[in-house]
Amino acid sequence: MEINIKIVDQIDCTRVYEDLSHPGSGGVCVFIGSVRNTTANEAVNELFFEAYEAMAISEMEVIAKEATAQWGLNKVIMHHAIGTKKIEEPVVLVGASSAHRSACFEACRFLIDTLKERVPIWKKEFFDNKNVWVTPHP
Amino acid sequence: MKIHFFGIAKEIVGSSELDYSALEFPKTVAGLKVQLLEQYPKLQELSSLAVALNKKYATEEMELSQNDEIAIIPPVSGG
Repeated sequence: MEINIKIVDQIDCTRVYEDLSHPGSGGVCVFIGSVRNTTANEAVNELFFEAYEAMAISEMEVIAKEATAQWGLNKVIMHHAIGTKKIEEPVVLVGASSAHRSACFEACRFLIDTLKERVPIWKKEFFDNKNVWVTPHP
Repeated sequence: MKIHFFGIAKEIVGSSELDYSALEFPKTVAGLKVQLLEQYPKLQELSSLAVALNKKYATEEMELSQNDEIAIIPPVSGG
């Protein structure tokens, strides 16, 4: 099992296949979260992400290990960006590779859902006339 | 003893860290939360307020000591 966890200034989506491919894996599943141009019908200009970096990394490690134990993954990747991000920029990349596809599909969903619940990272939305720290929806 | 703040909690407190002297420092996580919520009533408006001790989520009854790394974790919103 190999885990690849990072907090970065910019997400690099071009290397993810190399990062996740593995001789024992017949499937790779990746989720990329990106900056959307609206929130509740209001135009968003950009987002700002802040992390409690050391804890974010250790929480992501815990999540990656949980996923590996549950689905028998060969490789896991979890990268999150910090700083200002413009519309369409990637902000989070998670993925897994496993012998068969169902394990990596399920694990990928778990990785992003659990990251959003637990990992100490915060986003601020910038609109034309205000900016607000996001309070997550259940 | 230093406490670190992030996101909206940092904005409410007006600083990314506060220094407490050993005397005024609460003994437990629960005590720290009570003290902060009194001192900064706007923190009460948040849907949750967690405390991290040495980079791990802490439970209310955990005790605080001089060398702990303590952080206040408002509702997270990564991803």
